[in-house]
Amino acid sequence: MARTILPFGPQHPVLPEPLHLKLVIEDETVIEALPTLGYVHRGLEKLCEVRDFNQMVQIVERVCGICSCLHALCYCEGLEQIMGIEVPRRAKYLRTIWGELHRMHSHLLWLGLFADAFGFESLFMQFWRVRERVMDIMEATCGNRVVVSVNVVGGVRRDLTAEQCQWIEQQLVIIEKEVRQLTTTILNDYTVKKRTVGKGVLSKETAYQLGAVGPMLRGSGWAQDARMTGYAAFDEIGFEPVVEHDGDCYARSTVRFRETLQSIDLVRLAIARMPAGETSVNVEGALEDDTPHPIAGGRAGTMQRFKRDKHARPADVPAPNLDLPAGHVAVKVKGKPDGEAVTRVEQPRGELMYYLKGTGAKYMDRVRIRTPTFANIPPLLAMLPGCELADVPVIVLSIDPCISCTER
Amino acid sequence: MLETIPLTLDAVRDVAKACFDDGWRLVTLTAVDTGEAGFDILYHYDKDLVMKHYRLSIPKETVVPSISPIYFTALLVENEIIDQFGICFSDLVLDFGGALYLEEEVRTTPFCKVSVAQKQC
Repeated sequence: MARTILPFGPQHPVLPEPLHLKLVIEDETVIEALPTLGYVHRGLEKLCEVRDFNQMVQIVERVCGICSCLHALCYCEGLEQIMGIEVPRRAKYLRTIWGELHRMHSHLLWLGLFADAFGFESLFMQFWRVRERVMDIMEATCGNRVVVSVNVVGGVRRDLTAEQCQWIEQQLVIIEKEVRQLTTTILNDYTVKKRTVGKGVLSKETAYQLGAVGPMLRGSGWAQDARMTGYAAFDEIGFEPVVEHDGDCYARSTVRFRETLQSIDLVRLAIARMPAGETSVNVEGALEDDTPHPIAGGRAGTMQRFKRDKHARPADVPAPNLDLPAGHVAVKVKGKPDGEAVTRVEQPRGELMYYLKGTGAKYMDRVRIRTPTFANIPPLLAMLPGCELADVPVIVLSIDPCISCTER
Repeated sequence: MLETIPLTLDAVRDVAKACFDDGWRLVTLTAVDTGEAGFDILYHYDKDLVMKHYRLSIPKETVVPSISPIYFTALLVENEIIDQFGICFSDLVLDFGGALYLEEEVRTTPFCKVSVAQKQC
């Protein structure tokens, strides 16, 4: 039978970002898939040579908006390891809270996009409606919806008041209720199962050998999650990964759905166990406004807008606290990073790894970022051969591709 | 501080094969320009959330054996290193010819401290 090469992307209705696949097809069956990248490569790692190690926090946050908090966390933990900085315990819990909020909004975003990919538009809208509550929490606690910019080397720049914690817990009750209402639809609906069960199967052995990470790996039966290494406050909170065993699109979406509920519990646990105390150490050479403070508007000015224009703030979102807490800075750390470190955190899409090298100067010698989508593309190339052409969009989307992460 | 295990050019594939057979997952490779000395290539492996790192130190213009025939997942990162550092890999399972991210006419290596190398393996 004659073979045809079909271009899939870089512009495609299911792809929020540009990824190009050359699909070799026979009739309606995919025989081979070859990727083409380079549409959004920005060379962000190279910027470490012209932006000092504190400024690089803002750069790495922009590797990917959806996971911005976790990029900054991974980078800061690496630098803290090199410089021997002990982060205050409260800061670790705050990092955990914002990290898990990021996971929730990323998974809800993906679940909506996934529903849209197989034509279930009302489900897409429901997931995105729930997601708005998570975005409201981030805006009310950080001043921004997506790039929350809370991490600094040595801790966090924001704090949560008791009232904010209470309000977050109230919101989590509503979010959990609304997410659980969607359980039957996302997990048991005939249409959803028809489009996802048995599609894009990645066996347990293949997933591991091809270096799959995150929900791709856990959806194939591996209980592996970087949170088990105990970064941030996970060493005190404890953590059990969500695992599914079928390795298909349905298993991967189930992992993400269950992880959304798990993140709600983790945020509750972190709030309940968060100790009082400092939120940051003061690293020499840090930016002037890196002094931690809750919702002071700062550079973003979002909360200043809230303050000026009462109509810009939803009625159920509490007014931001503009008062600075007393005694939030612990000690001052001197010196520049000199040495190497490798750190890992669990992004919503999977394991994120940073390699950092400093030579005692204010500029890093090398910042290397290995993002989860970068690791999940080879397994995708293994999943596509043999599938029907109509299933390609669902399978591609099931890895939750983030190309701006991948290309950096 | 990061503990690394020294690696020689001849042992790259043997070590990769031994790691593969022993159940280690390849996390990624990291290339570092060390200036006049050449390059360091770090091979990061993981097993049960424990990592080990091998360091290969090579002079510039050395051809490194690709581990993509053993770890298929290495193909993207090795192509990325060709793009960014101009380090050549032999026997890549899928060679983008230095055009993974960059256009084909771009012959510089943007991540080198001094970009003079030509990406022709």
